[in-house]
Amino acid sequence: MKKLILTLVALVFSFGILSAQDNQPKSELPSITVKTLEGKSIKASEFSNEGKPYVICFWATWCKPCMMELNAMAEQYEDWQEETGIKIYAVSIDDARTCPKVKPLVSGSDWPYEVILDQNSELKRALGVNNPPHTFIINEKGEIVWQHIGYAPGDEENLIEVFRKVIKGEELK
Amino acid sequence: MKKTGLILLLVIISSNAFSQGIFGGKVTGNFQMDLQMSKEDTVIGAEKVNEKALMNAFTNILYTNGDFSAGMRFEAYLNPILGFDKQYKGAGFAYRFASYKKDFLEITAGNFYEQFGSGLVFRSYEERNLGLDNAMDGLKVVARPINGLTIKGVIGKQRYYWEDVWASDDFGLIRGIDAEFTLNSLIKSIENSPLQVNFGGSFVSVYQKAENRFIIDPVSGDSYKINTPENIGSGAARVQMSYKAFNLNAEYAKKGQDPNAVNGYIFREGQAALISAGYAAKGLGINVSAKRIDNMSSKSKRNETGNMLNVNYLPALTRQHAYSLFAMYPYATQVNGEVGIQADIIYKIKKGSMLGGKYGTDLKLNYSRTMSIENESLAPNPAGNYEGTDGYSSSFFKVGDELYFEEINLEVSKKLSSDYKLSFMYSYQTFNPIAIGHPGEEFVYANVFAADLTQKLSKKNSLRYELQLLLTEQDYGEWAAGDWIQGTVEYNLGGKFFAAVSDQWNYGNAHGEKVHYYNLSVGYTHGTSRVQISYGKQREGIMCIGGVCRMVPASNGLFATITSSF
Repeated sequence: MKKLILTLVALVFSFGILSAQDNQPKSELPSITVKTLEGKSIKASEFSNEGKPYVICFWATWCKPCMMELNAMAEQYEDWQEETGIKIYAVSIDDARTCPKVKPLVSGSDWPYEVILDQNSELKRALGVNNPPHTFIINEKGEIVWQHIGYAPGDEENLIEVFRKVIKGEELK
Repeated sequence: MKKTGLILLLVIISSNAFSQGIFGGKVTGNFQMDLQMSKEDTVIGAEKVNEKALMNAFTNILYTNGDFSAGMRFEAYLNPILGFDKQYKGAGFAYRFASYKKDFLEITAGNFYEQFGSGLVFRSYEERNLGLDNAMDGLKVVARPINGLTIKGVIGKQRYYWEDVWASDDFGLIRGIDAEFTLNSLIKSIENSPLQVNFGGSFVSVYQKAENRFIIDPVSGDSYKINTPENIGSGAARVQMSYKAFNLNAEYAKKGQDPNAVNGYIFREGQAALISAGYAAKGLGINVSAKRIDNMSSKSKRNETGNMLNVNYLPALTRQHAYSLFAMYPYATQVNGEVGIQADIIYKIKKGSMLGGKYGTDLKLNYSRTMSIENESLAPNPAGNYEGTDGYSSSFFKVGDELYFEEINLEVSKKLSSDYKLSFMYSYQTFNPIAIGHPGEEFVYANVFAADLTQKLSKKNSLRYELQLLLTEQDYGEWAAGDWIQGTVEYNLGGKFFAAVSDQWNYGNAHGEKVHYYNLSVGYTHGTSRVQISYGKQREGIMCIGGVCRMVPASNGLFATITSSF
């Protein structure tokens, strides 16, 4: 059985390399299926902001710095959106225990984000996220151009500064 | 040899990809290393550690190219840090997979994680901080033949530390299938209807060779053989509905006869029900959940107890606390039977109102209560226990008379000015030590308080002050006795550097020494890499995630963590 699996892994792998050559991926994000708050399936590779850059934040209801980050961004969100057209995907990694709290928390806190459920941490694993909060900026080509882990007050200022650069197509240090 | 060759191939490909990017694909991954140096401290119960340093480390390397992905994880526990099972000692590739999507099919070979519904009959997952990993090794196929229908099939065995699970018949083979329908995607005409409905169902079977178990009558010396079933089936049905501001989630699961070490080898069938209903409007969120679990432990090895080889996941319906004194007396799911409810209300008092002030005020109220299930013992076997019998009978709608856990929490958060944010939290907890496997002991009643103030010094400098207080008349004695107070001050510089000092003081300990658990920590973050070093004392306690807990032994010394993502 083990040998069989290993052979399969090798087969699938070589097949992947061969067939991937002529087929340039549109988004760097994996085509992992996650859910919206309404229970609809969506692939991470389908995340978009009408051709503009966007942000992905990994969070959980039990993560205190995540609450601080999402609250801090929500306060400025209107201004940011007017200026830059930003869109934020807030990906919750809450499992079956705390997942029912996501929706009331989002609406109770009046958060303006696109909330995504990653109940068994599949997207989290695929993007190499260790612990929340973990924030990504994706450029208009679907490439991950910036990442940040953790949250300290003031980090949201840094995020929007980088986002402005990404919109203008400036080089990031 | 084949394995080594394959791994080598993967390593070469991945390392190439760092410098050049391979065939347009993308390499991602992460790394974490925990290093612990602890010295003997008889006052707090920190045991002598023979090794100079203990270390847990892992790294994941994933390659993704459009619809193709492959990856692996190398783990090393040399030796495992305190609180991790000694059987983790060692190093190697604990996880490797390749996955491809073609048309409507997605095929994964090797290791994988998966969950059916809310996990009542099947969930393969990892909780690295608990040392919990029940990754499957086998094959997974996901089919999405039409928009709105997802079918998943899995077959494989679960990870058990470093054991070669395929080499032994002791480790059960798991086969499962799940189907989920998104009604509003299936039927075009109702796609944007305010009523959204999803439903699904799953079936799981665990195969393990029968074993010979005997019950011996102590008087006559007669022995009776128990026929342990080889195939244990379980099934679940679920529905998720939302209508405008309302939503409803429910799942019911049933499990066939599964005599095992956790339930005392009884033949009673298992069942679990989970239901939650919510209301969500701008500035107000309400959720009420209820559940009932009856003999629902499901493992892929009959005589296994503890946290490994869980086939399903039974969540605890209690709040997951972030403050340490609030998590002093945690609750763990009683898989053999419990019935519980939980309610959450989240409300934002509007800015500009009298109570809301300039910035508004956030209120969070949480209540949970878990009881035993009604339980009437049946006739015991000739040996005087319940092995081989149906064990007990229980009425679904009746609640037992033993309280397992009760808690009420109130949290108020408020931005005071552009530079100050204050939150206050209060909790009243009733803790039955049965939650951590100590039945028949005195309950603990605790009042717990926390105040948390964040002060912005400049655009990127901030200070955080935290004060916690736990008051209880009880002297539990296991890891906590009497009253506690904790103070923390934390300084943050531009999200890059932080330093914190804290002291947890067991000032109300009536019998033992009133120990100060001081701790100093500094951390540095650069992009996605972070180094954190702390020095001090760690109290003995219980750490829980998702209703699954592990003991954290006392330690005194240095703890360093390095994490990185790429």
